[in-house]
Amino acid sequence: MTTATAIFPNPLRWALGLWRDQKHRGTIIQIMALVALLLFIGIIIRNTAINLQALGLEIGYDFLTEPANYDINQHLIDYNSLSSHLRATAVGVINTALVSVCGIILATVIGLFAGILRLSKNWLVNRIMYAYVEFGRNVPVLLQILLFHALIIHTLPHPRASLSPMDGVFLSNRGFYVPQPVLEPAAWAILAALVIAAALAWWFAGHAKRVQENTGRHYPVFTINAALIIGLPLLAFFLAGRPIGLDFPQLKGFNYQGGMVLRPEFTALWFALSFYAGAYIAELVRAGILAINRGQTEAAYSLGLKPNWTMRLVILPQAMRVMVPPLISQYLGLIKDSSLAIVIGYMDIVATIGGISLNQTGRALECMSITLFIYLSISLGVSTVMNWYNRRVSLVER
Amino acid sequence: MSAQEKSMSVSDEMMIEMNGVHKWYGQFHVLKNINLTVKRGERIVICGPSGSGKSTLIRCINRLEEHQQGEIIVEGTELTGNLKHIEQIRREVGMVFQHFNLFPHLTVMENCTLAPIWVRHMPKQEAEEVAMNYLRQVQIPEQAEKFPGQLSGGQQQRAAIARSLCMRPKVMLFDEPTSALDPEMIKEVLDIMIELARDGMTMICVTHEMGFAKTVANRVIFMDDGEIIEQNEPEEFFANPKNERTQLFLSQILQH
Amino acid sequence: MKTVQQQYEVGRHPDLPPPLVERGVVKWVRDNFFSDATSIVLTAVALYFLYKVVPPFVEWAFVDAVWNADHRNECRARGEGACWAVLRARIAQFTYGYYPAHLYWRVNTAFVLLFVALAPLLFEHVPGRRYLLWFSLAYPVLAFFLLWGGLGLEPVESAKFGGFLLTIVIGVTGIVGSLPLGILLALGRRSRLLIVHTISMVFIEFVRGVPLITLLFIASTLLNYFLPPGTYFDLLLRVLIMVTLFASAYLAEVIRGGLAGIPKGQFEAADSLGLGYWKSMRLIILPQALHISIPNIVNTFISLYKDTTLVVIVGLADPLGISRATLADSKWQGLSTEIYIAIAVFFFVSCFAMSRYSLYLEKKLHTGH
Repeated sequence: MTTATAIFPNPLRWALGLWRDQKHRGTIIQIMALVALLLFIGIIIRNTAINLQALGLEIGYDFLTEPANYDINQHLIDYNSLSSHLRATAVGVINTALVSVCGIILATVIGLFAGILRLSKNWLVNRIMYAYVEFGRNVPVLLQILLFHALIIHTLPHPRASLSPMDGVFLSNRGFYVPQPVLEPAAWAILAALVIAAALAWWFAGHAKRVQENTGRHYPVFTINAALIIGLPLLAFFLAGRPIGLDFPQLKGFNYQGGMVLRPEFTALWFALSFYAGAYIAELVRAGILAINRGQTEAAYSLGLKPNWTMRLVILPQAMRVMVPPLISQYLGLIKDSSLAIVIGYMDIVATIGGISLNQTGRALECMSITLFIYLSISLGVSTVMNWYNRRVSLVER
Repeated sequence: MSAQEKSMSVSDEMMIEMNGVHKWYGQFHVLKNINLTVKRGERIVICGPSGSGKSTLIRCINRLEEHQQGEIIVEGTELTGNLKHIEQIRREVGMVFQHFNLFPHLTVMENCTLAPIWVRHMPKQEAEEVAMNYLRQVQIPEQAEKFPGQLSGGQQQRAAIARSLCMRPKVMLFDEPTSALDPEMIKEVLDIMIELARDGMTMICVTHEMGFAKTVANRVIFMDDGEIIEQNEPEEFFANPKNERTQLFLSQILQH
Repeated sequence: MKTVQQQYEVGRHPDLPPPLVERGVVKWVRDNFFSDATSIVLTAVALYFLYKVVPPFVEWAFVDAVWNADHRNECRARGEGACWAVLRARIAQFTYGYYPAHLYWRVNTAFVLLFVALAPLLFEHVPGRRYLLWFSLAYPVLAFFLLWGGLGLEPVESAKFGGFLLTIVIGVTGIVGSLPLGILLALGRRSRLLIVHTISMVFIEFVRGVPLITLLFIASTLLNYFLPPGTYFDLLLRVLIMVTLFASAYLAEVIRGGLAGIPKGQFEAADSLGLGYWKSMRLIILPQALHISIPNIVNTFISLYKDTTLVVIVGLADPLGISRATLADSKWQGLSTEIYIAIAVFFFVSCFAMSRYSLYLEKKLHTGH
C-alpha cells in the first residue's frame, strides 16, 4: 500500500500539496490569471472578427489618407474639407492642445487668486471665494460648459450691436473679436531683445547670488530682472520703428472682418474649464498653505524674517511639495475634460477623429483606438513628469 | 551653579519690562495684569499648570501673540503695532519651541544660516562659520549636512537652539523645550541650556524641569489662571512656597 | 490707552471682559473688513462686485420671473425675467424621463427604499442596523425589479428611463458595481504576484488615462462588436458596464490609499494569527482599509454622479438629454439659460450635501470614532 502511493502519488494530494505551498500557490494563481486574461482577449478578438465579417468590414488604417469631407471652423494649420482624416485629426489635436494650454494658464491664475483670497481674513472676500469654490466643484463641468455657452450665445448682443469694452475689442454672440498683431520684418529685433534680456537676467541672478554669498549684500533681483525683461524689448520696439502693428476688426455687413476671433465655442470651453479647474486649484492652494504647520511661520518670525520672506523662503518651498503633484493631476483632468468640447461643437480630438470621422467612415475600431492612443500618450507623459518631480522633491526622513 | 555664580552675571541693565499687561483670546482673559522685569544676564524659569498662560506670556515678548492692554518694553523699545520695532525686537530675541519647528526642507546648516544671511546680511561663508561654531557648542557638528527629519528629537532641539544662537540674540526664550522629548534625550538638551546659562545668556524658560530651575534660575515664577502668583529665588521658592496654590502645584509635580 | 487699574489681591484677579474696542461688533467689523489697507481695498472691490452682480440676477431670477405660462412667447410678453414656466411644464420629464406615468409609484418607492438601504451604511446609530444591512444587500435586486419590471410587474424598457431617475440609476449602479471590482483591483495592484500586479496596474492606468467620454463612445459604438454574435445589450446596459469599469479604476486607487494607510503591524498581526491571505484580508485588513477610505469613496461617488451628465453625449435622456428635447420644442426654444441653471441648482444641492457628509465622516475619522 505504502509503496504504491510512493510510486503513484495521489494526484489530488500532490496538487493540494502544491496549493498549500506558499511559493507554488503564487505561481498557480499567476498562471491561472494569465490563462484567463489570454482567454478573455482571445474571445473578444474572435467575437470582433466574426461580427466584423458579418458586417463586411475589415480593419485597416488606409482611410486616414482619404479626404475627410467635412469642415472645421477653427484650424490653426491649413485645412479644408478635401484634407485627409489624418489632417483633421491633427487639427483636433492642436485644438485640444490650444484649449488645454489656455485653460491650464487661466485656471492656475484663477486658482491662485481664489485660493489666496480664501485665506484672507476679510470676511466678505472669504465668503465670496467660498461660494465660488463650492459652486465650481459641485456643478458638473459639462453643465458649466453649456452654461457659459448659453450665456455667450443668449446674453451677448448680435455683432452689429456688440459690446466694446475697449478700442478694437468687440464682444458679440458670434465670438470675441480682438485686434490681431501683425509682424513686420523688423520684429526680429524685439525677439532678439527679449533673448538678450533673458540672458542678462539669468546672469544677473547668478551674479546677485554670488555677491550675496561673498559680501552679504542683497540686490532686488526680481524688480531689476522684471524691468530688464519688459524694458529691453519695449526699447527695441520703439528703436526699430514700432514693427508690430495691430489689425483691428471692423464691422462689414453682418460680421467682422480682420482682427482675431475667439469663437463662442472656444471661449465657452476655455472659461468653463478654467472656472471648474480653478475651483479645485483654489482648494489645493489653500490646503497646501494650511498644511504648513503654524510653527514654521512662528519660527521664521522669531528669527526676525519679514512676512514676505517667510512666505518665500519657508512657506512656499514647502507648500509647493504638497501642491504640485495634485496640481499636475488637476491639469491632466482639465486636458481630459476638454474632450467634452463635443457638446458645443468645438472641434477637438474626440469631435474630429472620434466623432465625425468615425461617423463618416464607420470605422469605429480604428477611430477609437487612435483617440485612446492619443489620450493615453498624454496621460503617460504627464505622469512621467510627475514621478520625476516627486522623486526630486521628496523630503528626507529618518 | 552656586548662588554667587548665579548672581554674578546679572547686571542692572533692564532687558524686558512688562507693566500691567492684559491679553484676551476672544472673550477669554488669558493674561491678567502681568508685571515682570528681567535684567540683563538674569535667568528666569516660569512654571504652572497647563493653561495658566505661561507660554502666552513669553510669546508676547516677541509678539507672536499680541497683547491688548499694558506695555511691553524690550531693550528700551516698546512693542506696538509698529512693524519696524517688531522686527528689530525679534532679531534680538531668540526663541526655542516645544516642537522644534525646524524647517524640514533645509539642512541643519541651512536652517542655521537662513536668518543670518537674509536678516543680518552676513556673507554665506561667515554665516556658515558662525553656524558651525554653534553646532559644535551644541555637539552636533557632524549633523550639519543632514535634514531635520534624519535627526533624533534631542538632536533636533539642539539644532533649533543653535539656529536661534546664530542670530546672536540678547535674550533667549524657551517654550517647554523638553516636553516633547523622550526621557533619555531631555538631559542632552538641558546640558546645553545650563552651559548657555553659564555663559551669561539672559533666559526665560517655561519648563517643568525643577532640577534645571534649581541649578540655573535666579528667579522662579509660578503662574496660575493668567496671573503671576508667586516669584522668588529658587531655594526659597521650593523650600517655602507662600501661596497655597503654589504649594499644591509643587506637591503635585514633585511627587514623581 | 492707559487706564486706572483696579488693584486685586494676588491670585484673585477676576476674568474681565476685553476692552470695548477689542470685542463685539466693533472688533468683528474691524477685523473682518478694515484690518489693513489691503483689506479695505478688498472690501470695496467685493462690495462693488456684489452690487454689480446680485441685484440684476435677483431681478432676473425672481422679481421679473414668470412662473406660469404655456409657452415661451407668453413669458417674453410679460417681461424680460427668467421663464421658469418651462420647468413647471416639463417637471415630470426632468424627474422620470419617459417612464410611464401610471408607474411613477414604482420609481418613488425605489427612491424612498434607497434611503432605507443607505441609512445603515451611512450612519452607525440606526435602530435595527443589523437587519437593515441585510435589506441593503437585497436592495439592488429589489430596485431592479421595481424599475425594470418583471415578477408580475409590468416591464419597462431601458429606453424609457430618463431625467434624474437616470442620473441616480447610473450613479448608484456605478458605485455599487464598482466596489467589489475596485477592491479586487486594489488588492491586485498591491499583490507581489507579477502578472496579477501588471494586469491590475495596466487596467487602472488605462481607464484613468482616458476621458470618460471615450469610454462611453466605446460603449455606444464598439461594445457590441466584442460580444458573442447574436447577443445584444441595450445602450443603457452598455453604458452601465462602462461607467462601472470607469468607477472601479478610480475606486481601486482610493482603496489602495486606504490599504497603504494601514500600519504594517496589522498585516503582521494577521499573519501571526495564522490566517491565510483571503481571511486576513476579509477579516482584518479590508474592514479597516474601507473604513478609512469611506470619505474618499463618497468623493468618488460625487464625481461619478456629476459625470453621469456625460451620457447625454451618447444619446441617453438624462436631465441634459431632456433639456435638449425641451429646447428643440418650438414652444420652449431659447430658454437654455433657465434650464441649465435649474439643473445646476439640483446638482449643486445634492453634491454639496454629499460633500458635507464626506467632510463630517473625515472629521469623525480624525477624532478616532
